[in-house]
Amino acid sequence: MEKLFFLMFAAVAIASGLAVVTVRNPVHSALALIVCLIQVAALFVLLRSPFLAAVQIFIYVGAVMVLFLFVVLILDMRKAVLQAFPPVKKRFVVGVILVLSAQMVAFVFLTPMGLGPAQGWEPTVESIGRVLFTKYLFPFEVVSVILLAALVAAIVIAKERQ
Amino acid sequence: MVPVTWYIALSAVLFMIGAAGVLTRRNVIVVLMSIELMLNSVNINFMAFSYMLGDMTGQIFTVFTITVAAAEVAVALGILIALVRSNKTFNVDEIDALKG
Repeated sequence: MEKLFFLMFAAVAIASGLAVVTVRNPVHSALALIVCLIQVAALFVLLRSPFLAAVQIFIYVGAVMVLFLFVVLILDMRKAVLQAFPPVKKRFVVGVILVLSAQMVAFVFLTPMGLGPAQGWEPTVESIGRVLFTKYLFPFEVVSVILLAALVAAIVIAKERQ
Repeated sequence: MVPVTWYIALSAVLFMIGAAGVLTRRNVIVVLMSIELMLNSVNINFMAFSYMLGDMTGQIFTVFTITVAAAEVAVALGILIALVRSNKTFNVDEIDALKG
């Protein structure tokens, strides 16, 4: 049953990921990316981490993708939309990518790996918070400073010069 | 029980799709979205290994990755708006003021 759900989510994730790359209109690829991110959140639920799934949906789908769509709507994309998507000249690149991904998948499947913790390993919000605010307190603070710096930088860079 | 290998194979496939997007597309916005796809596939990897080993560290790192990706997108889109305002182009090949 779990395998069936995994295959379902994985199929939709790969299909929408391909759509992000191949679709011509940036708005459509943003919507495809939203679908892909929601599928990944569902996979996080399958990995017994509903908290991370919620974080993924809130931050990625709720904040990042809305930001993307805002920028696509602010900027005039009509000329860019008209540009064709010709990977004709990029056949070499596509070939290299195919070879690399075949190598990676083969490597992953040939490596012996365990199934996962059998005895109900359930990371709760409490256990995540306990580790985050004790062992990883310093990286946490650094990340908050990075966020603040990014906030200020984004406003300063995007502001219209007088 | 889903084998961890499947998750890692899925993340490898998503990563390569994102890499293909970065290398073949010329629209700046789509290139940025492909980078997001790659970051997200790395998150799947972190979560799968965290689940396999029964260790919290992967979860914590996923939180950090998501946060840094959000910061990166904010700065990148700010730069993008300034760039399009001055250059009037979305083609990454035409943005070559630094002669890279």
